[in-house]
Amino acid sequence: MSLDLTFFIILAIMAAVSALMVILRKNPITSAMSLVLHFVSLAGLYLTLHAQFMAVIQMLVYAGAIMVLVVFVIMLLNLGREEKMAVRQSARAAIGIGASMVLGALLIWGLTQVMRPVAAGSSQAMVNGQIASVGKALFSTAYVFPFEMVSLVLLAAAVGAVVLTKRNLK
Amino acid sequence: MLTLPIEYYLTLSAVIFIIGTIGVLTRRNAIIIFMCIELMLNSVNLTLVAFSQYMGDMAGQIMVLLVMTVAAAEAAVGLAIVLALFRNKQTVYVDEVNVLKW
Repeated sequence: MSLDLTFFIILAIMAAVSALMVILRKNPITSAMSLVLHFVSLAGLYLTLHAQFMAVIQMLVYAGAIMVLVVFVIMLLNLGREEKMAVRQSARAAIGIGASMVLGALLIWGLTQVMRPVAAGSSQAMVNGQIASVGKALFSTAYVFPFEMVSLVLLAAAVGAVVLTKRNLK
Repeated sequence: MLTLPIEYYLTLSAVIFIIGTIGVLTRRNAIIIFMCIELMLNSVNLTLVAFSQYMGDMAGQIMVLLVMTVAAAEAAVGLAIVLALFRNKQTVYVDEVNVLKW
């Protein structure tokens, strides 16, 4: 078994198990910590794809910024274990799992239809994952407009979050 | 060199996406639903990075950067909504928020 495959299997099992822990644990803090583990294993998977910049950003933005916010809110609201759904709600769980399985079957069917990418790109992958090529692409004429637009999204989100948490809007 | 077939990454991200969907549809805690949405966004990011690296096209990784920015904005606004909800109704369970239900 090659080293690549060994790393992939370890990281894939870590990612899948921690994702399952997120939806199965009753305590929100346990779910949040499993989600951090999930983000770490995804960063590892990006490294196996030679996308170093994506791996670093994954750790900084998700595990660093977003999860701190989530854990902060969980602790601020002092949330405990989630109680069981009311009886009338238990049908919702069955329907939810059923619908997800249908979606899963569709996705797996789609996977069998996927066109196999040309192997020529694989030698380019080492260069493409580095920060220099990401930066050059991001500030090229093709992507500079979406890049600027996304800063407006961030501004709107910052203003919106402040307005939403204000106690009285006068 | 990328030695593994791309199907490995696509299958893994499909599995994670399904786990996220099940979480969104079955849990009642708004914050856990929110974390499951992050799971789904991340599984799509994995697909985009895998395709970007296997096809030698940077567009996928730029898209992942944009998705991450939108996810950060969504985290800020979503958690602010949960805070406002808790202040007004003293609950974060989505099935108890049914004012609009007829």
